[in-house]
Formats: sequence, structure tokens, C-alpha cells
Amino acid sequence: MIKLIGVLIIVIGFIMKFDTIAVVLVAGVITGLVGGLGFVEILTVIGEAFIKTRYMSLFLLTLPVIGILERSGLRERAADLIRNMKSVTTGKVLTTYHVIRELAAAFSLRLGGHVQFIRPLVNPMAYGAAEKNFTEVDEETEDIIKGYSAGSENLGNFFGQNVFVAAGGVLLIVGTLGELGVEVTPFAVSKASIPIAIIALVYSAIQNYLLDRRIAKKLNSKKSGKPAAEVK
Amino acid sequence: MKSLLLEIFYVLAGLVSIITAVYALKDDKHPHGKETALFWFLFGAIFIVGKYIPAPIVGVMLLLMGVLTAIKRVTFGSLANAADDVRQKSADRMKNKIFIPALTIGVVAFFVAQVFKSLGGLVGLGVGALGATIIAMIMTKEKPKQFGYDGSRLLLQVGSASILPQLLAALGSLFAAAGVGEVISSGIAGVLSEGNILGGVIAYCVGMAVFTMIMGNAFAAFAVITAGIGMPFVYAMGANPAIAGALALTAGYCGTLMTPMAANFNIVPAALLETKNKYRVIISQVPIALLLLATHIVLMYVWAF
Repeated sequence: MIKLIGVLIIVIGFIMKFDTIAVVLVAGVITGLVGGLGFVEILTVIGEAFIKTRYMSLFLLTLPVIGILERSGLRERAADLIRNMKSVTTGKVLTTYHVIRELAAAFSLRLGGHVQFIRPLVNPMAYGAAEKNFTEVDEETEDIIKGYSAGSENLGNFFGQNVFVAAGGVLLIVGTLGELGVEVTPFAVSKASIPIAIIALVYSAIQNYLLDRRIAKKLNSKKSGKPAAEVK
Repeated sequence: MKSLLLEIFYVLAGLVSIITAVYALKDDKHPHGKETALFWFLFGAIFIVGKYIPAPIVGVMLLLMGVLTAIKRVTFGSLANAADDVRQKSADRMKNKIFIPALTIGVVAFFVAQVFKSLGGLVGLGVGALGATIIAMIMTKEKPKQFGYDGSRLLLQVGSASILPQLLAALGSLFAAAGVGEVISSGIAGVLSEGNILGGVIAYCVGMAVFTMIMGNAFAAFAVITAGIGMPFVYAMGANPAIAGALALTAGYCGTLMTPMAANFNIVPAALLETKNKYRVIISQVPIALLLLATHIVLMYVWAF
């Protein structure tokens, strides 16, 4: 049981919000010590594993070109495209963003983010669509739209990223399995990530469609011709 | 051929890190310029010469990097992007052409992996990144030096977290060397009868989700749960490792969607959007996360075996 101390250190360290890198290193060293390894032996295991997994950090090669593209307005152009789309409902705005976010993640583009896209663009557009279609959007509905907006970013990001052959997650799977004696290629893992990426998108589209119905049930449509005074 | 090409790419990746160290050092407004520079220099050096020096020395270098992040001396500094209006003007001028270099990386990586199977996706990534850099150089007419600057800016922004996947893999091999997996699996074995594939798949997927919820980090959970549950109850039963591995990690992401521990994804955005309920993002994600988790179990059971 004492060997599980490393797991305990990680759980406590993460909950206490200590520095992640330091927590992982401490957990590793202590686990090695209670597992009967010598200090030099531990350093050897860490060093060898790190050298062997250098491929996990090959994304460094993409940073200069992505940095230049950001300087040249990559995000601004993507924002323009989203702004110009013809979506009429809250759910359609969110589903469209999910599609774009997931495709971008699958190509390893960091075109997304709560700070860069959700707050300034997606949530205002999703809310704006509700405002356009209904006489009065109550506070709770506004809050729900906010939750779904942030959710579309997370879902698109999480389930799209592993489709890219050199995504951090893909290489983590290859590296961890390799250390445990199971050989698998990054390409096979990225291909195996495609079905769940599509399923997540389908679920999300259905969820957004249901959100539209829920909003339509709760709020009064402008098209129904009811005067705003009667709405309350 | 493959290993030579990869070694060249490792050297180039190391150079990106060392250039970052230089920019951190030259940054007058950086509060911890020297320490931050040392961190990225060590990282770059491991990439370039790590293979030729004794492994324990690499271990010591990593511990030193850990000390630098523990005392919070690895930070961003003041490298700046172009001003908002400059970027918008450039976006208006380049239009959708700006996506070409960006898409080149992924398309070339996929193409190389598919056509030159012996080279694999990693060489593809390297070739794609170099190709994209050349295309961007022609299209934007920015000087090479600017590429170094902006690459450093991004690496400093991502920060020390960029070495985390590699460290977690190292942790995984330490766990394996110390026999942690056996302890967890013997605990699980008390509940789960051997040969019960469905039980193993459920334990693996749910274990990933629950552990991710506790730790707030699916990557860390993957190392632990794969050694403890995945190995004896899923992979040893003959699962296709690519399918089981891919699904196990995204099963962990289902946990990420449901936990306040993943503050960056769930709590910070709620604050950013000024929601009335600070758990609003989690509340809206729980139904789809549970549905996805159930789908993972079915998919792994049906497709990986």
C-alpha cells in the first residue's frame, strides 16, 4: 500500500494547487524511494524516460510559424468568419462554433479559447440570436446560454485535439503505453480518436437543438405577434 | 532514416527552446529573466545533447528545472504581439490565405504518415512545421528573426507546463519500476474477476473519469490508471491498444467536463462570462459528459475487442 504514496502526493498536490511540475517530480522520486530504488537509479529512470519521450515536445517546431500567423491576424480572420455566418438561433451559433473549434483542434490550430473567442464573440452571438428571436430573455436563460457557450469550447477542444497525429494527448498515450511495454504508433491513436470526435459533435448538436426548443418553450417569440406587455 | 530525421528535428526543437532562453535573458522588463532563461536553456540542452550524456545527469537537470518552477521563477516576461489594429489590418489584407500555412502543418503530417509509412506522423509533423514556416515566410515577408521572437513569445506563454506530458510519462515509468501498477491492480482484482472484459472496460473508463475529476488533470490520471487498471484488465485481455488508449484518455476528458478541479476549463470561464451560478459551465456539461462516458464504455467494449 505504501507504494501508492506517489498517487496520494499527486492528488493532494493538485488539490492544494502546488506547482504541477514540482509535485510530479516529488511524487516520482518518493515513489521510487519507497519502491526500493536508489537515488541514482531514480535519476536514471527519469532521465532515460525523458530522452525517450522527446517526440512529445516536437510541437516546439510549430511555435515560430504559429506565432507569426498570430502576429499577421490569424485569430482576427477566424473571428471575422464566425461573425459573418448566417445563424438564426442560439443553438445553431453554438453548433457552428463547435464544428469550427473541433476542426481547428484536429489540425492542431489553437483557434479558440474562452478568453479569445467565447467571451468576446460566441456568447454575445448566441445571446444575440435569442434576443433577436424572442421578446425578452430572462436572467436564467442568459446564464444557461453562457454555460452552453463555454461548453461548446470545451467539447470541441477536448474531443477534436487527439485527431491530430502529434497532439499532446496522442503522444502521451503512445509514450505511457510504450513505457509499460505496449507498442503503438501515434498515427493509429489519432485515427482511433476520430469516431468519438464525431460522436461528441453529434451529441452536442442534439443538445444545442434541444436548447433551442427549451428557449422557445420558455420565452415568447417575436413572430407570434404577442405584444411585449403581455409577456410578463 | 527515420531516427536520423527525428534527431535533426529534436535539435531544431532544442534550438527553439534555447532561442527562447536568449529572449528571456535579453528581456529587461522580465522580473526573473535569468531563472527563466536557465529553465529553457536546460530544456533545449536536453533536446540537443541529452542523448549523449549520462541519464542521471539529465535527471539532475530536470530536478533543477523543477526547483525553478517550484519557486515560481519561470514566467512570461514582456514579449509583445503586434497591436490589435495592425493584426486586424493584416487579417483584412491576407483574408483566408492566412489559413494556408496553418493547415499545411496538419495536412503534411497526415500525408507523410499515410504515404511514407516508415517515416511516421512525427517526421510528418517536423516536415509540415518546416514547410509551413517557409510558406509563411514567403507570404508574410517577415524576417527570420521575427519567427524566433514570436516562437519564443508563444513558448514563454505556454510556460513550464509544456514539459508536463514528458514528465508524466517519466512518472509512469517510475511507477512501473516501483511496482505501483501491481498494487492498484491487486486491489481491483479483489472486486473484478479475471477475464471479465466488460468489467475491465468499465473500471478503466470510469476510473479515468473519476481520477481525472479528483486530480483535475486527465494526463496525470492516464499514467496512473493505465498502469493500474488498463494493463491487467484491458490490454492484457487483448484489446487493440490504439483504440483502448485513445478512448481511455477521452473518457478522462468526460471527467474534466464535470470537475471544478479543472478550473481553467470550468471555473475561470464562468467567471469570465460573469455567470450568476459559478458552477454554470459544469452544470451544462454534466448530462453530455455522462452520455459520452457511457458511449466510451460501449465503444471500447465493442470496437477494441
